[in-house]
Amino acid sequence: MLSRTADHLFWMARYMERAENTARMLDVNMSTSLLPQSAESAERGWRAMLGISELTPAFDARYPLLSARDVLDFMVRDPTNPSSIYACMHAARENARAVRGSLTTEVWETHNDTWLNLQQLINDGLLESDPQRLFEWVKYRTHVSRGVTIGTMLKDEAFFFIRLGTFLERADNTARILDVKFHDTGGASELLPAGRGNGVGHQQRDFYYWAAVLRSVSAFEVYRKVYRDVITPERVAELLILRGDMPRSLAACINEVCDNLEKVRNSRSGETERRAGLLRAELRYGRIEDILHQGLHGYLTGFLERVNDIGGRISQDFLVPLAAS
Amino acid sequence: MTAAFDEMRASDGAVRPHYRDYDAWLSAQSPKAMGDKRAEADLVFRRVGITFAVYGEAAGTERLIPFDVIPRIIPADEWRQLEAGLRQRVRALNMFLNDVYHGQEILRAGKVPAELIFRNSQYRPEMQGIDVAGGIYAHIAGIDIVRAGAGEYFVLEDNLRVPSGVSYMLENRKMMMRLFPDLFARNRVAPVAHYPDVLLENLRSVAPQGVTDPVVVVLTPGMYNSAYFEHAFLAQQMGVELVEGQDLFVQDNAVFMRTTRGPQRVDVIYRRVDDDFLDPLVFRADSTLGVPGLLAAYRAGRVTLANAIGTGIADDKSVYPYVPDMIRFYLAENPLLANVPTYKCRNRDELEATLARLPELVVKEVHNAGGYGMLVGPASTTAQIEGYRARILKDPANFVAQPTLALSTCPTYVDAGIAPRHVDLRPYVLSGAEISIVPGGLTRVALREGSLVVNSSQGGGTKDTWVLER
Repeated sequence: MLSRTADHLFWMARYMERAENTARMLDVNMSTSLLPQSAESAERGWRAMLGISELTPAFDARYPLLSARDVLDFMVRDPTNPSSIYACMHAARENARAVRGSLTTEVWETHNDTWLNLQQLINDGLLESDPQRLFEWVKYRTHVSRGVTIGTMLKDEAFFFIRLGTFLERADNTARILDVKFHDTGGASELLPAGRGNGVGHQQRDFYYWAAVLRSVSAFEVYRKVYRDVITPERVAELLILRGDMPRSLAACINEVCDNLEKVRNSRSGETERRAGLLRAELRYGRIEDILHQGLHGYLTGFLERVNDIGGRISQDFLVPLAAS
Repeated sequence: MTAAFDEMRASDGAVRPHYRDYDAWLSAQSPKAMGDKRAEADLVFRRVGITFAVYGEAAGTERLIPFDVIPRIIPADEWRQLEAGLRQRVRALNMFLNDVYHGQEILRAGKVPAELIFRNSQYRPEMQGIDVAGGIYAHIAGIDIVRAGAGEYFVLEDNLRVPSGVSYMLENRKMMMRLFPDLFARNRVAPVAHYPDVLLENLRSVAPQGVTDPVVVVLTPGMYNSAYFEHAFLAQQMGVELVEGQDLFVQDNAVFMRTTRGPQRVDVIYRRVDDDFLDPLVFRADSTLGVPGLLAAYRAGRVTLANAIGTGIADDKSVYPYVPDMIRFYLAENPLLANVPTYKCRNRDELEATLARLPELVVKEVHNAGGYGMLVGPASTTAQIEGYRARILKDPANFVAQPTLALSTCPTYVDAGIAPRHVDLRPYVLSGAEISIVPGGLTRVALREGSLVVNSSQGGGTKDTWVLER
């Protein structure tokens, strides 16, 4: 397929996934901000949202003070913030429009409809009146867009590049969500030992905190089912990093990245496949004790760099037009 | 002007036979039900993204072309005459193009003035002597037909460069079948949905010699072009790649596209990019829409361009008046479809006749299209007419004039209910190994009361066009 077409499909999927994960994060933070806590701690929670998405400088340049309202505005509906849900869904739709002929009619119409509806919901003031309903809607629409892709598209290159985009972005996003604690405490606290107590007893706070992380990736019930035990940070990390059967875990995402890479393999993608495969092997045979011993933040930072490297290499191998050899 | 031919009703108000079934059905529908259907059509067009970009507005502005749910119906016998006339005309136009770029017999015979060709910016000297596959230049032609007076059909203009609108013919039908399935059960409407297959077959039939399994692509200027939806639609319906200039490159006079698995050879390019932008090495050097070296590959016969370069010389408004002569010259037949009588302002006496009757005429610039830059005398103020007169006098050869035709009308939904509005018709003629015409076309309708300008860029809408099978 055309390199340009593959590029649009890849980014269409990435933007959709990014919109979804931003909605998931904000949704969970809204819920936890309702817990009894000090104003500073609530503010730290919102600041962490910006930190995860590397948006702190852009936000601070625009707003002198931090308020929940402004963070939501900036991350959801600000068209000038390229990471906002609004901008991501617009970018997804524009990428889809550029290659609408390579999509099934249903996939294209889903993206177009999502975009038209989002504008309507924003104009109707849903973010102000009921932000969590808006986040639910974003999740729902991204479920629909993935579902219609799987349900209607031929399993050919177009499909594989879409899937590559989805899982590469999800790997990145899940890693960032896991690292939220680091951003929340401004780097002062690592996973072990647990953070300071503040108002609510710190063990109890920790429970809510890790439960929130689980909920943000739809893993709360999965956790209960897999471990049948109380929530501990080690197991949350294990579930979201190493469990290949947990659909939003790093291991699951990298498995999909490898599988889809293999299907689009070309004469220059060998090194990219090797690097992705190495990462997959480390996730498959890795132990959570070792990761935590190394330090979760350090591990996740390294992981993000490697995902970024694989993304860049995919661009070079497939998406930047291949000149005549 | 008041006595325009109405497609549905005779002058005594009686419904014409081919509309009787539809009229009976329509009068049984409640205004509310029809209103709902119209709203549904709007919603679906927007969701499907059947939009066009408007030049002069912010990039990315997308608009819907208004769609009217009352079909324009053509009886079977009228269509047969139209079809024969279209075949004849397009055959002659292709022969003319082949002649102009080879032996120029028609010029030597004095049937078409030589300076009209050679001093015309639409004439492409680069094409002189090049043999194109099958001798076909205008593979896809959109011929604009109007009906005037007592109901005769006239050709208003030929579109032989990159005629657009066929996607609306297809989407309008799809919409009508979705909104009113019962109508299609009771009327025998000739189907049009096979157009993309016929188009693909046609394009494959004009591949360069020796290519047995040609790779066809559609070349678009990109997603901000006004007709982008159509480019994407046709590529998808034909199952071929939609490419932009940057996706193609030329090496050793062969054209390749850049794919995720390396270069892939391209044999036939259905290009929706104007001549001027096709190859920056030959035409506009600042074009980023084209492919450097494309013309060299084309001249070497290694790739087919549809339509060919230089077809504008046959659809130029200054050449239009000579098409009936072309038919007589090349085919030794009488034209089956009439031209609209046209004053060529390049001729002194015709210029004078034009200037004397400006308030009643339609005057057009010979190279312009899309309804831009024209004067509709009866709809213009004295100041506008005088301003236009000055423009004509400055460069008479740049203008032609025609009587203001009372274009036929068709009942159309407007704010106040159903009222007659002027329509035209653009059928699409495909030329390759043979000539094919899908029974139908794009009916455009001028939505403003009294307006004769049907172009979508000027506030026109569209209708589904039904050709009855009997």
